[in-house]
Amino acid sequence: MINEVTKNIGRFIVLLLLQVLIVKNINLGRYFIFFPYVLFILLLPFNTNKPFVLLISFIYGLLIDLFYDTQGMHASACVFMGFARGFVLKLLSPREGYDESHRPTLAFMGAAWFISYALILIFAHHLVLFYIEAFSFSEFFRTMLRIACSTISTFAFVYMLQFLFYRSNSERLA
Amino acid sequence: MRALLNFAIKNYYYLLFILLQAACVLLMVKNRSFQSTHIINSANAVSAKTYEVVSNTKEYLSLKEENQKLANENAKLKNIMRSSSYEFISLKNFERNDTLYKQKYTFFPAKIINNSTNYRSNYLTLNIGRAQGIVHDMAIINTEGIVGIVKDVSENYSSALSILHKDVKVNCKLKRDGSYGPLNWEKDDDYLTATLTDIPIHAKFKVGDTIVTSALSSIFPEGIMVGTVKHFERKSGDAFFTLKINLTTQFRKLNHVYVIKNFFKAEQDSLELKSQKHDKDDK
Repeated sequence: MINEVTKNIGRFIVLLLLQVLIVKNINLGRYFIFFPYVLFILLLPFNTNKPFVLLISFIYGLLIDLFYDTQGMHASACVFMGFARGFVLKLLSPREGYDESHRPTLAFMGAAWFISYALILIFAHHLVLFYIEAFSFSEFFRTMLRIACSTISTFAFVYMLQFLFYRSNSERLA
Repeated sequence: MRALLNFAIKNYYYLLFILLQAACVLLMVKNRSFQSTHIINSANAVSAKTYEVVSNTKEYLSLKEENQKLANENAKLKNIMRSSSYEFISLKNFERNDTLYKQKYTFFPAKIINNSTNYRSNYLTLNIGRAQGIVHDMAIINTEGIVGIVKDVSENYSSALSILHKDVKVNCKLKRDGSYGPLNWEKDDDYLTATLTDIPIHAKFKVGDTIVTSALSSIFPEGIMVGTVKHFERKSGDAFFTLKINLTTQFRKLNHVYVIKNFFKAEQDSLELKSQKHDKDDK
């Protein structure tokens, strides 16, 4: 258990630094934007206390805001994502419930489960973030296109990060 | 009362969600009011320090290009120096505190330590602040053209709106015939272009003409380079041309900039405010 807490704290710090020091400088135009920091919220253990997920998402979002000059925007998107996470987990739950020893990663849960889980939550996060940023519906379809493109690019990034850091898990399972 | 309390205990998860979202909205609304002081922005000590370290490292990668730019500017300045004219008059004869030409603008050199171009509202962070004499609403330019407007200042850093921000409007004119209108960064513009609206249909110009800042702006000095005309159109039923501008400033390569202080800005603004107020009273 202690090990799991340290792992999550480490992920918190590493993903935050990765986002603001490296990924923030990737320029692929205004449609494809990467926010792989959301991986932290995706990978919180299944049995994390739900109100605690909201609080930690809020703090995490505020820290990102600090570096992006966007008071409250990322925090709001993260809190929404943390809120949606509970429902998505219930929706995708296997018949016998989640195994306590499993983690919501690609290696443990398989590609099909992880793809639907991550895509829905990343889309929820980007939906809130980009509409708050545009702050109007006059650019509705343009914003929707940006959300769709960025969801795909963030998801691709998150998917690849899983291969980088969780190879040991799949080896253990095999 | 007890029913209410029971309801709150039963649904505390949802109430917590609403409470946190309310806190976010509060933060965002506070950010929208122009002169409020903020706790969370990149003029904040922690993030500004981090960005400064990163920027110092990155500066080495573009040293060659920066040198070239500075050399070009030096050459330009040397060309207009008195010593390069035939009739050399010793500078001792001139005093800075001239009664004919009172100093209107002063330039502070600064460095961009954080920058974005991909969002609908893009911001910059500068490495100078209140201690160096920066206040809000100062203009930022570089050797290529206009860059932005200072918004918030902390002790040693300042945060600025880039020209690539949906709410920034700068009054610009056509250098050829002097017609002016507001320059906006609209939704279909990318980091290379901007839109100049409200140019009257009798204005004479063609593609490639130069756009500079006009004298109407109390923030920017007159005649700062903005860009060139890319193409133009007149929407049906409109009495104005809408011009697409190619910006000369390379927004993805910003590094060294100048912050401009206008000594007469306060006087001009308070005078204009006064007459606008009189006008309202009359009505």
